[in-house]
Amino acid sequence: MSFILDSKVPSGPLDQKWSKHKMDSKLINPANKRKYTIIVVGSGLAGGAAAATLAELGYQVKCFCYQDSPRRAHSIAAQGGINAAKNYRNDGDSTFRLFYDTLKGGDFRSREANVYRLAEVSTSIIDQCVAQGVPFAREYGGLLDNRSFGGAQVSRTFYARGQTGQQLLIGCYQALEKEIHKGGVKMFPRTEMLDLVLVDGQAKGIVVRDLNTGKISSHAADAVLLATGGYGNVFFLSTNAMGCNVTAAWRAAKKGALFANPCYTQIHPTCIPVSGEYQSKLTLMSESLRNDGRVWAPRTRELAEKVRKGQLSPNDIAEDDRDYFLERKYPSFGNLAPRDISSRAAKEVCDEGRGIAATGLGVYLDFRDATKRLGEETIRARYGNLFQMYEKIAGEDPYTRPMMIYPAVHYTMGGLWVDYNLMSNIPGLHVLGEANFSDHGANRLGASALMQGLADGYFVAPTTVANYLATQKPGTVTTDHPEFKKAEAEINARTAQMLAIGGKRTVDSFHRDLGKIIWDKCGMERSAEGLNQALKEIPAIREEFWSNVRIPGSGAGANMELEKAGRVADFLEFGELMCHDALNREESCGGHFRAEHQYTESDPEVQAGKTQPGEAKRHDDTFAYVAAWQFTGAGNAPILHKEPLTFETLKPSVRSYA
Amino acid sequence: MSKQLNLTLKVWRQDSKESAGRIETYPANNIPEEASFLEMLDIVNEGLIVQGKEPIHFDHDCREGICGSCSLTINGIPHGKERGVTTCQLHMRKFSNGDTIWIEPFRAKAFPIVRDLIVDRSAFDRIIASGGYIDVRTGSAVDANSLPIPKADADSAFDAAACIGCGACVASCKNASAMLFVSAKVSHLGHLPQGQPEREKRVLAMVRQMDAEGFGNCTNQYECEAACPKEISADHIARMNRDFAKAAVKEALV
Repeated sequence: MSFILDSKVPSGPLDQKWSKHKMDSKLINPANKRKYTIIVVGSGLAGGAAAATLAELGYQVKCFCYQDSPRRAHSIAAQGGINAAKNYRNDGDSTFRLFYDTLKGGDFRSREANVYRLAEVSTSIIDQCVAQGVPFAREYGGLLDNRSFGGAQVSRTFYARGQTGQQLLIGCYQALEKEIHKGGVKMFPRTEMLDLVLVDGQAKGIVVRDLNTGKISSHAADAVLLATGGYGNVFFLSTNAMGCNVTAAWRAAKKGALFANPCYTQIHPTCIPVSGEYQSKLTLMSESLRNDGRVWAPRTRELAEKVRKGQLSPNDIAEDDRDYFLERKYPSFGNLAPRDISSRAAKEVCDEGRGIAATGLGVYLDFRDATKRLGEETIRARYGNLFQMYEKIAGEDPYTRPMMIYPAVHYTMGGLWVDYNLMSNIPGLHVLGEANFSDHGANRLGASALMQGLADGYFVAPTTVANYLATQKPGTVTTDHPEFKKAEAEINARTAQMLAIGGKRTVDSFHRDLGKIIWDKCGMERSAEGLNQALKEIPAIREEFWSNVRIPGSGAGANMELEKAGRVADFLEFGELMCHDALNREESCGGHFRAEHQYTESDPEVQAGKTQPGEAKRHDDTFAYVAAWQFTGAGNAPILHKEPLTFETLKPSVRSYA
Repeated sequence: MSKQLNLTLKVWRQDSKESAGRIETYPANNIPEEASFLEMLDIVNEGLIVQGKEPIHFDHDCREGICGSCSLTINGIPHGKERGVTTCQLHMRKFSNGDTIWIEPFRAKAFPIVRDLIVDRSAFDRIIASGGYIDVRTGSAVDANSLPIPKADADSAFDAAACIGCGACVASCKNASAMLFVSAKVSHLGHLPQGQPEREKRVLAMVRQMDAEGFGNCTNQYECEAACPKEISADHIARMNRDFAKAAVKEALV
């Protein structure tokens, strides 16, 4: 049943694979390109860039997004920046170094050739964006500014104040609107993909719902590209936008696309803590704050309790009673320790009862010492907008009182399985950006998400999709095909079934319950015991959902509860897959930490000083593979297929931040 | 336990674009003051659903003030009376126990209502499509540093480019003018050397599309600047008018 997946990585030396592949790739005659129709689902950096570029090449593109405008896709919320191996700083950066950092940062669980290609095209992305008018930060000489980001040893991050994602997306959106104007792209905003249609085993179209009118319709194409983002909202609370969902990817998975490494989720250490049950989402505070802020918690539970009850101000806690736990545990990286390590350390402190904030789930990020050293003006110049954002949300002044932070789900490295051409195991179905699994392994480095989205959209997919199209006669399938009618009928039946339940609970209440289970048992730390428990609890919630959810209104016209219900129903199936994957992966790597697999005092690596007790322990001998799961029906155990990971250029090593 | 508020909401309800609208009254009780304005509506909606009523429909997505989805005219002011924030960044601690809050959609002829508080802002997309871009093919760009841009110009371009396309400028204007939105894009691209070749063509096309969509004209009252959650300056409007006049004269003479 289970099979070994072929990644179709080209032969030859690592640094020549992409050039060779482009040379070997099939071309389509310019006069024939317009005969092909390509569907792009999603209009963020990956989808928007692909739609615009494919239209420039001459294909007919149909682009779909659930937002009211393609300019609102969630890529817009990225703050920090975008990496590129330009080496404008002359500080030793290169394509190889960016490749090395990304592969190592991903804890040797990504595909080497894809990562190298990402680093290789990174420089063209910056050129393209500048030409579009993206207002990156500049130096007084008029050239582009760079900064070091997320603990990187070189300054390779390009940025546009704290709104890099917004500016890149606006550039991409303008390119997309240009092609809409020229007639190459037909845009369908407020339209949600509800099914993938296969004809003779190949992806030939989608069925969608118009979110304004409720109308279900079919769209046929010669290839389908999904660029639908990540699944972070399975946790209910995350830094994702409210509408982010797994529906498009999951419906494709239910049609046979394999879902790879769903347990790799990234938890960002510096978010504003949860303040109550009503909370709808979490807000990220840029990682750059850790350059000057010091992370601490009260040394004792008693002190922490007094702080929580409001009997003691953090400013009155003596220096000796403050535990700067990151500096203590990771002396060389200190407050800049990687995201997963910093997040887990904060969780440990809170588990010990030393957390602050009303809920006990928070630690301090303190600028007192930096303000003394640099002066308030410098702090204001560096972080003014972030401090203001914090003040608006938390209602406290971070200039006079330390910020409260706590980790939150931020990015998902797993996604639909794709080969080197970004094509899934379903011929014709391509997956781009966060929606695929390919480039970040078990952990993504800061400022690399924007890079991957644009690499896939501007440079990779427009080349590789031709390899598939060249094997197809254009326009052979139309929406008259019975497969479309069948998919439409299934969607209508599912909608009618949901609306007919007429139960007592809201969609959000189920989503919240699911999120709590995933956060507690498949979050920052996982164990076989917890995961097995989650695998019992999730089906129970799903069952209750299908018998007790209440969705007011009808399928005609705008109905936000119906939209949410469809997405939550998919999360209720997908969450189970995540737990299966986390249970199967009996090792710790990157964003996946299994309590049973950590270094202890008795390990030789610890004794040699290479790492510390409590750090993630990989098992390269047994788990150096991509776990790609086949859906076999809700509630049934999925089937595992493997893509072995081989490293020809770099030898996997222990990630050390001691 | 944090402080809680009991409020009365007066909310615009409208089933569809064609149907007539009405103001309905809802109590909003036990609202934690840490909640955001949209979370307050979430709480009210959960209550409505459990009672078997239709929830209040509103637009929202990122809930961190950057996507531009959320709208709402709160007590007569787009995004509420706090300066420099979107509705999703407005927190209930800015209200007092016992307040009555009026919640209406962003109103303009060019923004037809979809349902309740959701409006159709696709006119903005069509204005951008008419010329709000630099026509550059993917892959044809020169090295990014081959074109130095004075820092001041890059910063000015950024200030204009910070627009999130929410439409508060239109909703705040008695003429429902979109000139702050359009001028921000004209200024963003016009401040950059890359934007010069299409500068005249762009401003003519965008202004004409703006007029065709049914937005009104500017009569210099600057409500737009006050309502803009990104505090974009109305100076861009003057700049756009100069660009437009120059381009129109040149066009007439050719």
